[in-house]
Amino acid sequence: MGVEVILNQFLILAAVLFVMGVYGLLVRRNAVMVLLAVELMLAAVNINLVAMEAFWQTTEALGQILAVFIITVAAAEVGIGLAIILLIFRNRRSANVDELDLMRW
Amino acid sequence: MGFEDWIAEPLNWVFAVIALATVVSGFRVVTSPNVVHAALFLVAALAGTAALFLLLAAEFLAWVLVLVYIGAVIVLFLFGIMITRAPTGRDESNLDHKRRLPAALVSLALLALLLWGLISQWGDTTIDRITAGTPTTVLGEGLLGRFVFPFEVVGFVLLAALVGGITIARRDLSPAEEKEWESK
Amino acid sequence: MVNAGLTTIYLAAEEGAIHAGTGGIWSEWAGLMLIGPMLAFLVIVMFGKRMRYQGAEVAIGVMAFNLIWSTVLLVLNMGDEGVLYERSIEIARVGGGLVFELGWMVDGLSIMMYWVVAAVGLAVFVYAHGYMKGEIRVTFFFAALSLFAGSMLVLVGSPNLVQLIIGWEGVGLASYLLIGHYWEDKENSSAAMKAFYTNKVADVGLIIGVIIIGVVLGSFHYWDLAAAAAEHSDLLGPVAVTAAILLFIGAMGKSAQFPFHIWLPDAMAGPTPVSALMHAATMVTAGIYLMARTFPLYQELATAARPWMIAAGTITLFGMGLLALVVDDIKRVLAYSTVSQLGYMMTAVAAGGYTAGLFHLFTHAFFKALLFLGAGSVIHAVHSNNMSDMGGLRHHMPHTYRTFVIGSLALAGIFPLSGFWSKDEILATLGYEGYNLVMWIAVAGAFVTAFYMARAVSLTFFGEYRGHGHPHESPRIMTAPLWALAVPAVIAGLVNIPGLKLPLIGSFTSWLSVRSVSMGDHHAESIDLGLAAAGLAAAVAGLWLGWVAFGPKAAKRRAERDWVEVPGLYPLLRQKYYLDHVALGMVWTIRSPLARAVNWVNDYVIDGVVNMVGALCQGLASLVYRGVDQRGIDGVVHGVSYGASGMGGLLRRIQSGRVQQYAGLLVAGLLLLVVLVLFVL
Repeated sequence: MGVEVILNQFLILAAVLFVMGVYGLLVRRNAVMVLLAVELMLAAVNINLVAMEAFWQTTEALGQILAVFIITVAAAEVGIGLAIILLIFRNRRSANVDELDLMRW
Repeated sequence: MGFEDWIAEPLNWVFAVIALATVVSGFRVVTSPNVVHAALFLVAALAGTAALFLLLAAEFLAWVLVLVYIGAVIVLFLFGIMITRAPTGRDESNLDHKRRLPAALVSLALLALLLWGLISQWGDTTIDRITAGTPTTVLGEGLLGRFVFPFEVVGFVLLAALVGGITIARRDLSPAEEKEWESK
Repeated sequence: MVNAGLTTIYLAAEEGAIHAGTGGIWSEWAGLMLIGPMLAFLVIVMFGKRMRYQGAEVAIGVMAFNLIWSTVLLVLNMGDEGVLYERSIEIARVGGGLVFELGWMVDGLSIMMYWVVAAVGLAVFVYAHGYMKGEIRVTFFFAALSLFAGSMLVLVGSPNLVQLIIGWEGVGLASYLLIGHYWEDKENSSAAMKAFYTNKVADVGLIIGVIIIGVVLGSFHYWDLAAAAAEHSDLLGPVAVTAAILLFIGAMGKSAQFPFHIWLPDAMAGPTPVSALMHAATMVTAGIYLMARTFPLYQELATAARPWMIAAGTITLFGMGLLALVVDDIKRVLAYSTVSQLGYMMTAVAAGGYTAGLFHLFTHAFFKALLFLGAGSVIHAVHSNNMSDMGGLRHHMPHTYRTFVIGSLALAGIFPLSGFWSKDEILATLGYEGYNLVMWIAVAGAFVTAFYMARAVSLTFFGEYRGHGHPHESPRIMTAPLWALAVPAVIAGLVNIPGLKLPLIGSFTSWLSVRSVSMGDHHAESIDLGLAAAGLAAAVAGLWLGWVAFGPKAAKRRAERDWVEVPGLYPLLRQKYYLDHVALGMVWTIRSPLARAVNWVNDYVIDGVVNMVGALCQGLASLVYRGVDQRGIDGVVHGVSYGASGMGGLLRRIQSGRVQQYAGLLVAGLLLLVVLVLFVL
């Protein structure tokens, strides 16, 4: 045993970050802010994956590879998300999520 | 393992500092009234995440995070903020909507559940051989070997996002503007 | 992983065991027939617009290839040695030891279906090339036609039930696309929806039935199903009737059996070549095929299911035939006729007449495709679907007229055209199996068939022309397929004359008897002259009556009335037995708030019942109406409807349109679920 690092310290940190992301997702009015909160959640997931990878030590570094994929998809998501927000803003002069209620009954 | 043992490990000092910084930044991301500040706090939170990756000996991933997120995604966000005139002042009324309490309750319940699950599952299991590190060759071989198909798919997704982003965000010119454009 | 070939290759029909070869290279590559049209679909979708004939050449070429290939297989399968081959390629392993495989099967039944689909398909494709000239979305039309035929080939070529479902749904999708080809009109897209939904409801039965069989047997292969049925397997036994009924529900949907037939007449909204393909080869025969393919199940284990199937088939064959008497749209006449003929096939298969049902499918494919293409040619000429706009066309369109009459006589069952032989075979089977009542209903059905065909021919081709403009014969590209189909419509019956075995060709019975597991079905050794005479007499009487009632002389007397209005019966038929109303009501119940359905039930069912009773017996009715209905039932009904609407008003508040509220509820619901699973259950 060289280093005494507890697995849970990473996982709990990730859980806290994730929950903060959920909170931001639920309360923020501005769509850009909502996207920021989503990024926070994704970062939390990445921490989880990397911590688990460090714990299991798979030969192919599966956790890290998954994290790479998540980062890539997140980049795509931000691009598309911001484009959609831009379009909504242009049409409605507002990027507030709670004003987008065209879909309700 | 008691707290003394834990704190006796120098690596954990570093962890405590990074974790504190990350959590505080993360909290500011979702509470800051100023969008630009929120984005900058996200930079801090992501930098903390990258530092954690370094701590966990995932160097390559840490630098990917720094380059892709802090270098590119945040810049994209800043553009988005500027174009959509997101609230940059201290206008509290426009910031969050009025149902903050139920949202907070749901989030706390989620946190409680997660904590219960994590603690009951993992307890104080330790991570061994954390200094081993992952050579980037392993990642490269994995990405272009076993995971080459998902890799290609993700590449395609990125391309689709690129094209889709342009198509969605492009503004069709009005007939008058079109005429003006042609006359140039 | 490939498992090629079968372990046992013996089969027996009533004539005894037949040895079968594997068919060599033609069987080994028969999968090309399944893949070809699918590839054609992709190619046409991607490159069709740039082609010289907008993709039609690809579709026709592939169909011609299929026809050649399947003809070779058909010839190989003729005579004393049949062809039996199966190839399955493992795609994935599902849980529970089940394997998902794709592949193809070459045996008597499949070969017959390959050939029918290819032959009718080729004729229809060529015809469609002329028919669709100058129409919108021709490229897409041919792509969808290829998909249609390809899905059907996947269906009939399948060695297992899962691939059958894939083809089955592909057929449903393609039919949706094609029925709604002119979707600019709301009516057409609604018809497409109706077909799709009706089929989907029935498909649920099929899928559950397949799952039951798969889970119980651990295999989706027909081979295993047939073997289990032949051995009276203890595994299959307890669920056999349930599974059989569920499969039959699926077949009822695709083969338009009562009460799932409602989609088929509306499906006439599509272009006529689609109707021809759908009615002859690709869609409605799928249900009959499924019944034939799973025949051992019904023959050996699920005998309790057979009376229900016969009942459904009998109602269909007679009741739906009557409907063809009152419609004005020529395509709908043919549509109801198809439904009625499918009733014959279903009844025959359910009664144990495996060969008889399939033989009727075989002959029906040709003359029904011929009739539809003929109708399309007429519609093309007069620009109307209604027979009240036609008349006297025999001078203007000689080729269409002659072929249409051939098709009509074949459908009516006039000696010696193909319909006579297949209908007679069904009658003989019903008699042999002891279903005498059903047999006489079928004879009456033959009378009705002849009657409405005589009406259709008289109104369309005889008398005075009542439409506008100048009708003209269709171009040769459309009349050539008509004549090409007229040939088999005349001679196809000759391959299965009881007691006669043609040299080299053998008989239809022996073609079909090449199959993996023996199962008994009856094929008459000689013609029952009395029965044949009865059938023929019914047909001739029907034709004669139709000619008298609707012929040129009668038409002069009744200038506008193209049907005889029998009191009581006529309104019932015009309203299609009110089945559309019932079906629509069921859809509403599911779709909209309960209140509307309750109101509908109130308006149509309760009041309708009350009114009917009233018509029969006035005094009692008014008593019931005023006393029970108005005060009692309506009170309850209105109470229920107000309750439902109030509940709806409360529930709709949740649907606020606020995304974040939804997200919050989502997380909360997830938490609730996790807590429930972890702590409560």
